[in-house]
Amino acid sequence: MNWFVEILKAIGLAALLFTFLAVVAAMFGVLLERKIGGWIQSRLGPKHVGPQGLFQTLADTVKLLQKEHITPYAADPAIFNTAPLIVATAGLMDWVVIPFGTIGTLVLVVRDLNIGVLFFSAMASMTVVGILAGGWASNNKYSMLGALRSASQMISYELPLATALIAVAMEAGTLSTVGIVRAQAGWLGSFVVRQFPAFVIFMIAATAEVNRVPFDLPEAESELVAGYFSEYTGMRFALFQLGEYAEMFAMAAMATTLFLGGWKGPVLPPLIWFLIKMYLVVFFLMWMRWTYPRFRLDQLLNLSWKLLLPAGLLWILITGYRLTN
Amino acid sequence: MGQLAAFIALSIITLAAAIVVVTSGNIVRSALSLIPTFLGVTGLYILLQAEFVAGIQVLIYAGAITVLILFVIMLTEGGTGLRVRQTTGQFPLGMLAAAVLAVALIAVFVGTPWPKTSGELPQYTAAPIGNLFLTSMVLIFEATSLVLLVSLIGAIIIARRER
Repeated sequence: MNWFVEILKAIGLAALLFTFLAVVAAMFGVLLERKIGGWIQSRLGPKHVGPQGLFQTLADTVKLLQKEHITPYAADPAIFNTAPLIVATAGLMDWVVIPFGTIGTLVLVVRDLNIGVLFFSAMASMTVVGILAGGWASNNKYSMLGALRSASQMISYELPLATALIAVAMEAGTLSTVGIVRAQAGWLGSFVVRQFPAFVIFMIAATAEVNRVPFDLPEAESELVAGYFSEYTGMRFALFQLGEYAEMFAMAAMATTLFLGGWKGPVLPPLIWFLIKMYLVVFFLMWMRWTYPRFRLDQLLNLSWKLLLPAGLLWILITGYRLTN
Repeated sequence: MGQLAAFIALSIITLAAAIVVVTSGNIVRSALSLIPTFLGVTGLYILLQAEFVAGIQVLIYAGAITVLILFVIMLTEGGTGLRVRQTTGQFPLGMLAAAVLAVALIAVFVGTPWPKTSGELPQYTAAPIGNLFLTSMVLIFEATSLVLLVSLIGAIIIARRER
């Protein structure tokens, strides 16, 4: 009956983690995004619901829950209704391998897979399926264009992302996320110092993977009316948003784990250190969003194929040379 | 017990999705149904404790190849892909071929004396796979990379000619 307990444990952890993420990543993330956006653009941001606009996202969520589900007449209903689930699930699945911290000797991670980094990149690549399916099933040319842009962008940036992950895994000598955190010691021993080019490549590719400015062509409001999810209403739209924010937070958490030494740090408890570092990366991503204009599609693809990918391969070569000599 | 239950569940997912792949009249639905099929096979790999292969299966097949197929469908058929005829009307002949193949495969599976060595499974499969690729399997590894390089150059040449 051991497997039965395992399944119950998995369901319990999934519910706990996903609820936490739905609340923290999506709701708090949206509020943070709007507040930081307001601060950078010298305006106030949400202000009226609750103290300092703190409950704005809660109100928005209630509003979204009440809205009608509209399936367009010409849409493919089965695929149309499944697509948001794929995006949300893929975004949340990333979190399985993220180590949040330690309590005593116990590492707070859902499952320390020995293929952790590979699992992360596999789950990140599943998002594009949901986006493509949603864009196609909407039967709308703007959604379709957004989905195709997203697919070409994600395929292009998966490769530089993978080269950065490979370089880190080579240096750490393991694919396990917990092992990678353990391989980093002290400020100078963290991979942001030892693997700085990989860190830069990872951050650029991660921003592109989660479709954020300056790489948000798939959902460019001004030309594609929000791209692949323009036909979605109510909670299905919210699921796309949830998936996107979960994925963005997961990328930030992964950057923390791979490069910033994960939960390690002096004085404060490990979990707090992890959250501080993760929110610093999240803040960095938001700062970029409100600062830079959007790329053109050809610039975007050129950056990936002609600059990031050769740089990543070269860095793998250098890392390999450094490790074997 | 748990393994058997998992195997049956994964087989049902794989086969049900595979049936949709070959019978659906809509080519995009067929392509999307490939994903549960690949994920079911991934589950079978995990049951066999081959996590690295499972991870690669999701990344390459479910993530990349399916997206590539969808991409090709959407770019060639004016964004709909609904007008593609999927069946050839040679239903009996196809059934016959499938039955012959099934009989042959089952005969081979039943007739093969499977070696049952009592070896220890490596705790961490990625490192032994890497070691094998660069030692005793190096020829296969290099030949595969050469094939991939050739196809890459071929794709670039075809793409350039169209301009």
